[in-house]
Amino acid sequence: MRLTTESSRCSGCKVCLTICALSHFQENNPKKGALKVEGKFPVPGVFEVTVCNQCGACADVCPVDAITEKDGVYILDRETCIGCMACVSACPLNVMIVHPAETAPIKCDNCGDCVRYCPREAILDADGIVKRIGR
Amino acid sequence: MNGYAGNILRVNLTNRTHSITPLPQDLADNFLGGRGFVAKLMWDEIPPGADPFGPENKVIISPGPLTGVFLPGAGKLEFGAKSPATGGYGDSNVGGHISPEIKYAGFDAIIIEGIADEPVYLFIDDFNIEIRPAAELWGKGALESETLLKQDLGDEFQIATIGPAGENKVLFACISHDFGRQAGRTGIGAVMGSKNLKAIAVHGTKTIQLADPVATLEKGKEMFAACFEKPGFEEWTPQGTAGVTDWVNEIGAFPTRNFQTGYFPKHKDINGEALMRKIKVTDKACYSCPIPCGKYSRVKKAEYDIHVEGPEYETIALIGGNTEIDNIEDCAYANYILDELGLDSISGGNVVGFAMECFEKGIIKSEDISGRSLKFGSVEDFVWLSQEIAYRRGIGSVLADGVREAAKVFGQGSEKFAIHVKGVEWSGYEARYAPAMMLSYMTADVGAHHNRSWAITFDVATGRDKLEGKAQRVIELQHIRPLFDMLCLCRLQWVELGFELDWYPQIFKAVTGKELTWDDLLAFSERVWNLTRSYSLREIEGFGRSFDYPPARFMEEPIPDGPTAGKYMPKEVIDRLLDEYYKLRGWDNNGIPSAAQLKKVGLGFVESTIAPLRK
Repeated sequence: MRLTTESSRCSGCKVCLTICALSHFQENNPKKGALKVEGKFPVPGVFEVTVCNQCGACADVCPVDAITEKDGVYILDRETCIGCMACVSACPLNVMIVHPAETAPIKCDNCGDCVRYCPREAILDADGIVKRIGR
Repeated sequence: MNGYAGNILRVNLTNRTHSITPLPQDLADNFLGGRGFVAKLMWDEIPPGADPFGPENKVIISPGPLTGVFLPGAGKLEFGAKSPATGGYGDSNVGGHISPEIKYAGFDAIIIEGIADEPVYLFIDDFNIEIRPAAELWGKGALESETLLKQDLGDEFQIATIGPAGENKVLFACISHDFGRQAGRTGIGAVMGSKNLKAIAVHGTKTIQLADPVATLEKGKEMFAACFEKPGFEEWTPQGTAGVTDWVNEIGAFPTRNFQTGYFPKHKDINGEALMRKIKVTDKACYSCPIPCGKYSRVKKAEYDIHVEGPEYETIALIGGNTEIDNIEDCAYANYILDELGLDSISGGNVVGFAMECFEKGIIKSEDISGRSLKFGSVEDFVWLSQEIAYRRGIGSVLADGVREAAKVFGQGSEKFAIHVKGVEWSGYEARYAPAMMLSYMTADVGAHHNRSWAITFDVATGRDKLEGKAQRVIELQHIRPLFDMLCLCRLQWVELGFELDWYPQIFKAVTGKELTWDDLLAFSERVWNLTRSYSLREIEGFGRSFDYPPARFMEEPIPDGPTAGKYMPKEVIDRLLDEYYKLRGWDNNGIPSAAQLKKVGLGFVESTIAPLRK
């Protein structure tokens, strides 16, 4: 599965952020979601959703090799991470998420829940394998 | 406390102090949240007889136990205050994203008291609370103020602001949020203005504690999946609430020419199809909503170039039909003007329509308004008068107190077509041939608002001549819909998709750990309904049955044309509906709850206040 987006479909509901955090941290806290939804208001009045494309730039700069690749997905080992945040500034899409209660940044692991539950199908699997629930 | 943030924030603007205290368990156990907290805190904390614009009145803000949680439509916020429009109970809710943000910051209620000695805004960043100067924002539009605050603080802050109308204490001034969402009704924006409080800015990072996170995740997933399966999921969303415009015209219930009639011949030029085809930029959702009703629009013409959220159905009805602005572009423009001024678009359209009828009848004369005119169908006149109202200039100063008070000043029979109940202007359903909807408006605790009971579909489904069963259904709806405002959830999944109510106690259990049936939850709502009635009884001299009548137009004037031509609702029918309603509610013939009823719903503590009012 490769995540991609169609921001023109996004309505800014942030279901993706809440399910991401609840799935991975067992916490109801969309501020711990590993993607970004931004509204451009009042002008031009559009939303922009940004997801990790597993480019690996984060792994390249990690001084302790806490981010490793498996089957094209870069996984952050939160135990190994020392919280230097080098990956945060290296991320070209700004989707290494920092939360004040977490020492490690928060990274997408390509689980696909955002694709399955985005009501608008604004987050998609470019390979077409994972789809919104009911599709 | 599972489901709750666990704290109450109290801010005193006079002393510039604040405190953070634990949420009392008994408040949560007995009043749930949102509207329940608002009603109970108003009863307990605002001294009887308080001036709505005085330091003793309080703006009370509350999300609910399900707000911000992973389930469809979990983004509503309740605002409450002693209403300057009704003189009694007032509340209004808003969607967007500020309600979850308040919970992530750590609060189940914010209580704002006192009056600041200069314009300020309230800054909340988790537990970092500041009262900050707002002189530079004062006088600016609500949308502009939100833009400026976001530029200053960052997009992650959620903002609620007032416009010039709130600053000038217009009795139907709203609170604006998220570039086009409003807590519009009962004039709480004016209460904020009276406190010199321009805005509230909130950012939070905390986690909402859940009784069972795994069960919440699974139940939330099931609920979203169930929404996706509903036929309305695909069909309803593209037009949102505007999609109902044609149907309301077909049944002759569309407010037209200040509620003179119920059918607007040009409705297809202002309906959901026109909105979608001509001006919509994007669908815009509140937090966690799978079926966004928000339609963000742009209109670019030689005269103006505006972005606005809407117009949604109510605005289309009250601007489009009620002032006969017959194209969606100008409706959107008038909507934008009201939003920026910080005027409720329901009352705004109603008040302007009232003034246009006064002009038509010669009650307002050209010389009263500097030689200009005030005609149905003129967007220029609409915009001009809205500005006069917001800044309380000339005749606008009279109209700024709403149609009830303006009719007292104008006289000459204008009170017969001042379309309000309890001082709050009527929203988007002409009800002369819809008894359940009529009773809904008459008995809504905040005045003539559809939100407490939207019964017009029940009228159509069960027969519009039939009176039997109508009061019972209104009462049921007055418990269901306000329960959503206690949990602080949006009701549109239920109303528009037919999403089953049984889902809510299931997720309520996963979130709070409390095993309650839907009927158990409805009992909380009945408690609050009796409390808000009691509050208005306590605050408004002579309050009771006489405050529950519709305007004379609906009891005396047959609808002149359209599908409901010839229909009106004589006073004896109105009285029959009221008698049955009071009896079923356990209220006396004057609409005062009996001692037994108060005890039954767990409001024994109000009995000593209410007892002397019974005759």
